[in-house]
Amino acid sequence: MTWEESAITLTVLLPLLGAVAVALVPKRNEDYAKTLALLISIGGFALSLAILVGYDWGARGLQYQLNVGWIEAAGINYHVAIDGISLPLFVLSYLLTMLCAIYSFHHIEEPGRPRAFLSLMLLLQTGMAGCFIAFDLVLFFVFWELVLVPMYFMIGIWGGPNRQYAAIKFFLYTLLGSVFMLVAFLAIYFTAPERTFDIVALQQFGAAGEFAAGFQRWAFLGIFLGLAIKVPMWPFHTWLPDAHTEAPTVGSVLLAGILLKMGTYGFVRIALPVLPDAAVEYAPLIGILAVIAIIYGALCCLAQSDLKRLIAFSSVGHMGFVMLGIATLTPIGINAAIFGMVAHGVITGMLFFLSGTIKDRYHTRTIAELGGGMLKTTPRLGFLLGLTAIASLGLPGLAGFWGEILALLAAFNPAPELVEAGWLTLFRVLMVFGAIGTVLTAGYFLWMMQRVLMGEPPQRWVDAKPQDVGSIEWGAWAPLVVLTVALGPLPFLITAVTDADVNAIMTAFGG
Amino acid sequence: MSGAAWLVPVLPAASALVIMALGRKMPGGGAEIGILSLVVSFLLAVGVAIEVFGANVGATTAGEGTAFVHTAAFQLAPIGEGAAIDAGIRVDGLTAMMFLLVTFVSLMVHIYSLGYMHGEERFTWYYAVLSLFTAAMLLLSIADNLMLLLIGWELVGVCSFLLIGFWWESKHNSDAAIKAFLTTKSGDVGLMVGVVALFGQFRTFNIADIFAMVDEGVQAGGAPLSEGLLSFALIALILGVVGKSAQFPLHTWLPDAMAGPTPVSALIHAATMVTAGVFLVARLYPLYSATPAAQATLAVIGAITLLAAGLLALVQEDIKKVLAYSTVSQLGYMVAALGFSYTAGIFHLFTHGFFKALLFLGAGSIIHAAHSNNMRDMGGLAKVMPRTFGTFLVGTLALMAVPPLAGFWSKDEILVEAAAAGGYTGSLVLVLGAIGGLITVFYMTRLLYLVFAGEFRGHGHPHESPPSMTVPLLALAVPSALIGLANLPVAAFQPYAFSAWTMHSLEYWQTHPIEFNLPVAAVAVALAAAGFVAGRALYRSQPLDADDPMRKLGPATRVLEERYFLDHLWTDLITRYIVRDTAGPVAVAVNDRFIDRIVYWVGAGTGRFGQRLYDIFDQKGIDGALHAVATGTWWTTARVRLAQSGNVQLYAGAMLAGVVVLAVVFAAG
Amino acid sequence: MEAVYPLTFAALLFSIGAYGLLSRRNAVLVLMSLELMLAAVTINLVTFGAIAGDGLLTGQVFALFVMAIGAAEIGVGIAIILLIYRNRASVNIDDADLMRY
Repeated sequence: MTWEESAITLTVLLPLLGAVAVALVPKRNEDYAKTLALLISIGGFALSLAILVGYDWGARGLQYQLNVGWIEAAGINYHVAIDGISLPLFVLSYLLTMLCAIYSFHHIEEPGRPRAFLSLMLLLQTGMAGCFIAFDLVLFFVFWELVLVPMYFMIGIWGGPNRQYAAIKFFLYTLLGSVFMLVAFLAIYFTAPERTFDIVALQQFGAAGEFAAGFQRWAFLGIFLGLAIKVPMWPFHTWLPDAHTEAPTVGSVLLAGILLKMGTYGFVRIALPVLPDAAVEYAPLIGILAVIAIIYGALCCLAQSDLKRLIAFSSVGHMGFVMLGIATLTPIGINAAIFGMVAHGVITGMLFFLSGTIKDRYHTRTIAELGGGMLKTTPRLGFLLGLTAIASLGLPGLAGFWGEILALLAAFNPAPELVEAGWLTLFRVLMVFGAIGTVLTAGYFLWMMQRVLMGEPPQRWVDAKPQDVGSIEWGAWAPLVVLTVALGPLPFLITAVTDADVNAIMTAFGG
Repeated sequence: MSGAAWLVPVLPAASALVIMALGRKMPGGGAEIGILSLVVSFLLAVGVAIEVFGANVGATTAGEGTAFVHTAAFQLAPIGEGAAIDAGIRVDGLTAMMFLLVTFVSLMVHIYSLGYMHGEERFTWYYAVLSLFTAAMLLLSIADNLMLLLIGWELVGVCSFLLIGFWWESKHNSDAAIKAFLTTKSGDVGLMVGVVALFGQFRTFNIADIFAMVDEGVQAGGAPLSEGLLSFALIALILGVVGKSAQFPLHTWLPDAMAGPTPVSALIHAATMVTAGVFLVARLYPLYSATPAAQATLAVIGAITLLAAGLLALVQEDIKKVLAYSTVSQLGYMVAALGFSYTAGIFHLFTHGFFKALLFLGAGSIIHAAHSNNMRDMGGLAKVMPRTFGTFLVGTLALMAVPPLAGFWSKDEILVEAAAAGGYTGSLVLVLGAIGGLITVFYMTRLLYLVFAGEFRGHGHPHESPPSMTVPLLALAVPSALIGLANLPVAAFQPYAFSAWTMHSLEYWQTHPIEFNLPVAAVAVALAAAGFVAGRALYRSQPLDADDPMRKLGPATRVLEERYFLDHLWTDLITRYIVRDTAGPVAVAVNDRFIDRIVYWVGAGTGRFGQRLYDIFDQKGIDGALHAVATGTWWTTARVRLAQSGNVQLYAGAMLAGVVVLAVVFAAG
Repeated sequence: MEAVYPLTFAALLFSIGAYGLLSRRNAVLVLMSLELMLAAVTINLVTFGAIAGDGLLTGQVFALFVMAIGAAEIGVGIAIILLIYRNRASVNIDDADLMRY
């Protein structure tokens, strides 16, 4: 097999093999597991970069394609490929896993056990990356479900005091959603003019109008439930704050950084192109839920007393912007969504790293107990938290801005089909509320900064002299800080990658 | 030179990065890099101005001359549907003017801060943010498209946040910083909506392209221009102006922003950032001048602001707050002016930038000497601080619009244009603007007497500030005095040169000629004189703490002092009782107890609402429903499992019973 | 042929077995009752086999199968009962509710 055909398979399987290898490290040499996991994750990241570099920008479209029979009796193929929409998320998943491996050198939550922890992390990596390159519904579903198990154990074993509850809630809730999604996949399989699970083929059927409108409505509902719970959209979001609050740092980073994006990616890759008529019908609903999530997430953030829970709730709002972009069914909106996904992955991943380190240094995440003055007690940590919080509130010049403003741009002029259906005014109103949401977002982040960073530090922290950011942490965070700052002035890093494929995929909506 | 204009914002940006990275290790703490980069930027700005303004030296309304525009752009990022975000520059008269103002004032503030911020713990950080701010403000000025402008706009906001909260150890300061950021950000909702709406209408961010389309009466795709949508966008933008330029009723953040270091107040909250709103309207003036509804909105908002803020300035005891309210008031003049005239608005922006920066830096010098912001702790400083006093006096006279200082020409321009425009809005601006002039003179007179006259009432021994602080004062005093001459109404060099140099189109300039109106100027000067006389009468020898020995000389003094009680009518009843003791406090009360309360209630109420929403709806409602499903399943299975008793005979019996039932069913069937 | 006699006998035997299965508490007796039921079914098989009269003698063959399975089942059953007795010193079937929820 050539490199072109095997690249993706190699890259995705490497962490899986690595997971086995890490698990087999003898117990007496447990700490070697950390080195091994780091090497494997570096290898994975290097392979993903090789794919990125080798991608033919002139040709666009699906590349590194491999399509062989898998369970031929049921028409299930092992069809993997990558395009401009998957690439940023694919590479980001490897980057974040590598940074998590670095971070784990420094700190793994109780009860330690690095072999099990890192093995699960690598398993998670395979699932996450697999979702973004699967072009067969069953394959996609397998990777989708593969993610649940390691995350369940990560939360359930290494989590906080309420970990069992959070882990079960996360697992069952997501599983419930994916059941509906699976049913919808099967329905699509049986309804398609030619029985197939192939996403590319189904997209062509969708574009050709092969699915009846009534069928699309039900199939879309099923997929919608599965994806919306994962995103999570309001009102399916309540597993998220619990899971994040309890999860270990690495779990939170990967959960926020990549797992949530699987839901939004599913909308872009499957739900919209395969079922375009239903997408037009559901778009106003998705848009309304998205804007509710923006406002609602921000208001709930104002009420949080736990730093990590605040960050978790902020994800609800940020994913609201992503979903608002998707709901517009325009290329600008989808570009905004992908930009928002990557930016949120970078920024919120960083915020979770920071909250993990704050917990490590100050032994609390309660904002009132932190008591302010972090810029005095641990200036570097405080500076990074301030920078990332400002990036998260969408300041231009940093990564968080483009996803928000482009989503608003798209919402002002939604897809022509939506305009024909009479939803123009609704989307413009949604846009105004989305813009108001940015103020609320700024409000809770600034308030958090005031209570955590500014002011005179309490005497106990002055006496305790918590250690500032260490070298391992710098190593794990530097790429995220660089991306946070670089994506602001250089937005083409994302949009130039996605633009052509997004335009191609969205032609179904008259864009 | 305009080809190199992009360097003007890039240099301070680079210097900000260098200061952040290396500043701490430098002998000057990074300040030298900031100053050096701004010197170069300023020289470049002068070069740009010479080229841009030079293009219209000799232009006359008869038809020669052309609006100078240099643009250059490259694509920054595609965003889908063929649209893209560009990074581009637009160098024209307005840009050149802003460049001169921003680089010069910023340079002065950089130098001044050497003395003022000497020994500060976060000296390097201060200079880094100051440079970043300057870069962002210059970016805002040079942007050729709305997206870039929006970016610069937000960046100056965050720099302002960082600098207001520079001494973040005190909650008072961080509160002020947050208030400033959130209030302006609320206005920015309007800006965002406006920019998005303009993009939605024209499918481009490029300002020149939008102008061209509006000229042809088309919008994106060649459809006829929807004037309703355009008006909506422009009025939404005005909301951004109201926030950023501290217009009524969102002005309450600006006085609080005085919590920041005084040089910051001079640069950001007097000369540059707060004028961003005015600049925005000027930048889009071809659109505004085609939209009467938006222009009327501007005129009314500006008129209300200039009077409301002026009244508030009357009763302040903090010297910086007097100047802050004065800034709000002057911004009101600018915004009101843009309701009628491009030139009048930006000319006042230009002159005000210099003299208000001078006043703030002077105030900083005074505070440095008196160790207090409160004017009760000052007095008699003219003797010990001659240079500060002299320059402060120049700035004050310019602000009072005393001819021939800068403020006179620009404020006169506004009143003339308002008079020429006529109608309700024109009359409103004319009348309120004239009254506002009187009030301005009055409170500045009061300030002068309280600070410089009489004896020192504070503690310690005030002394003149170091040269690093007084030299910028002297340097700023020159343009404060003379810059108004750029638009002289006489044919000596080039009549109304400033309006020719900064015009955005030849046609506009020809159809909106600038005129000098002697009656208007005379009335304005007369009112100013009246204000000065009133202020002098009240505060010449009577500081706020009325412990004046002159009062103890019996009825004779009293009669003389009261000037035969005629003054009572003018000063006590009207000026003091009605204006100072009633209108001012009422305005303050309305401001503090009502408008600011609303701001507070909205903030606090939103927080409390969020808490309720989270507690009741999210945790009990949505999450409760989820729990109900889980509990329901649990309850059902708890019942069902009872059948699994482990008793084999029970199972067998059930099986038999089942068989019997089935047998009966089959037999019957 | 008078099929009614063997069938009546089988029904009687089955009923006795069923009664014993449900009412006895001694596990050995329960097992014996179970064997009675199996015997009843075997008789039925032979009877119906004779009625059908097919050449392969399916009824008789299946009767042999049932007997063989019955013997094996008794072996397993007795073994379980012995183990329970050894552990609990009781063959009362109510005590052996290990498979309870």
